[in-house]
Amino acid sequence: MAAVSITPAPRITTLILQRKTLAIGLAVILAIALLALFAPLIAPYAPNKLSIVNRLKPPSATWLFGTDEFGRDIFSRTIYAGRLSLTVGAAATALAGVIGITLGIVAGFFRRADTVIARIVDAMMAFPDILLAIALVAALGPSLATVIVALGIVYAPRLARIVRASTLVIRELPYVEAARALGVPTWRIMTRHVLRNLVSPILVQATFIFAYAMLAEASLSFLGVGVSPEIPTWGTMIAAGRQYVGQADWMTIFPGVAIILSVLSLQLVGDGLRDLLDPRLRKDL
Amino acid sequence: MSQTQSPAAGDDVLLSVRNLSKHFPTANGVVKAVEDVSFDVRRGHIVGIVGESGSGKTTAGRCILRLVEPSEGEAIFDGVDLFKLSQKALRAYRRRMQIIFQDPYSSLNPRMRVGDIIGEAIDTHRLAKGAARQARIAELLTRVGLSPEHARRYPHEFSGGQRQRIGIARALAVEPELIVADEPVSALDVSVQAQVLNLVQELQKELGLTMLFISHDLTVVEYLCDDIVVLYLGRVMEQGPAREVYANPRHPYTRALLSTAPIPDPTVRRERVILQGDIPSPLDPPSGCVFRTRCPFAIDACATTVPPRETVSPGHTVACIRQAELASLDIRKVSA
Repeated sequence: MAAVSITPAPRITTLILQRKTLAIGLAVILAIALLALFAPLIAPYAPNKLSIVNRLKPPSATWLFGTDEFGRDIFSRTIYAGRLSLTVGAAATALAGVIGITLGIVAGFFRRADTVIARIVDAMMAFPDILLAIALVAALGPSLATVIVALGIVYAPRLARIVRASTLVIRELPYVEAARALGVPTWRIMTRHVLRNLVSPILVQATFIFAYAMLAEASLSFLGVGVSPEIPTWGTMIAAGRQYVGQADWMTIFPGVAIILSVLSLQLVGDGLRDLLDPRLRKDL
Repeated sequence: MSQTQSPAAGDDVLLSVRNLSKHFPTANGVVKAVEDVSFDVRRGHIVGIVGESGSGKTTAGRCILRLVEPSEGEAIFDGVDLFKLSQKALRAYRRRMQIIFQDPYSSLNPRMRVGDIIGEAIDTHRLAKGAARQARIAELLTRVGLSPEHARRYPHEFSGGQRQRIGIARALAVEPELIVADEPVSALDVSVQAQVLNLVQELQKELGLTMLFISHDLTVVEYLCDDIVVLYLGRVMEQGPAREVYANPRHPYTRALLSTAPIPDPTVRRERVILQGDIPSPLDPPSGCVFRTRCPFAIDACATTVPPRETVSPGHTVACIRQAELASLDIRKVSA
């Protein structure tokens, strides 16, 4: 930052630790990510190792989270599945962010672009999310990359709308006028003055999109247009467990808890970041 | 009209506004926010633009800075018509003219530190870098009565008056020649208005600034300005040297405005000219003289003719067809 530093700014770790929700959220999501990352070292079994004799075993010391209908270890599969689920969630959110924020801010700033962008966004919002994603995946052919691209495109309009609406308000504010009076270039007004004041709504929306994307990936997998079925994701695990909810609820509970924990922790992080980035809520300075 | 409208034409005129109009097309018709406004601002002088809300005074100021695109007219700044400049060419002129806003809250980006707000002005025109930049920010803050340590704080940590000082520092950062002050104190508490006004006046004198001071407060304008322009529904009612207009107001509207200002002397009685009703809709302005619907002296002829500007003394013009007959009628002051 080009800030005037007369005394050194407080260290980022101090800032984070002062906020309990942010610290807890970060700790949980980091733990989940690390488990996923080091899954080969942590998992007691290979995620796809079949063991027909041990099918539908309840959680025990041998199988921490129990086994599924093919006798595969749910714990191993859950931590392996985190790799793909988190990747899809993060990548789709990032893509939706880039597309949505760009479209929204351009639409908010340039009236001519707005008529086009607003219409495309409305048309996309008219489709149910999953239907649109299926259409996109069908058109592009199913793979990890296409699932990410499809979900990124599907969720971009949500951000575009919020960003556009807020941009329309902010660009009329006197501080933007002041910047224009100074001759600050438009792109810098967009980033410095508009985008910086949009951080809160964007963060909140992004945490939602992350959760939606993980769940949508599950739906896509369930419908057979997702990532290859051999690679487990939390979504496919829940989809598979659906049929056995009566006999083996652990098949859905554990991947479900994984989704809940990641979404919850991400929302805590989003909330904490929003407060951290808002100077009015930063009491430490 | 521009020939008749050069009260102070000469080398010392920094800004000459000619026939400025701004029309806003709306769904219900065209709003003529500013109509045929002309005035000169001499170097180192302060011109006050006075009017009620809706009179077009703010729009006029914005047009001159091209923050709002004018519909017609010219603004000759140091020999160049600002209205004809491309956005790119205009950028060089941005450094020479600045604006101070009315609302000290929404005019500072809440997410930027004060040092960055002022620094942006310096960076945009590449005036200083590194240590020189910091020194300049500190100097500006000191200049407006704040301290250099304030640079690393955020706007919400300041009071309205202090925020206005930050806004002034931002405007001064580029060393402008012309400053448009758009009601710089009307959003402040009365107790701090005087402080900020004094600062503005001090800076104007010290730096030899040329100013366009937009206000609805006539006492403030009398105190500060050399010349005044009285606007009503976007049209100039009366203009001229401030002292002359205050001592000898000729337009019924100016008289009404002046009669509302308190005189700090209990022995002086004054007959108030109370204006009835509100300013008419700019979508459907009255025919002839726009002020006639609220004018206590309106006659039938006022509805048919747009009053021409008549010069009543050097530099002092009035747009009222009855100004001559009303001149004898001293309605401003009745001494006790």
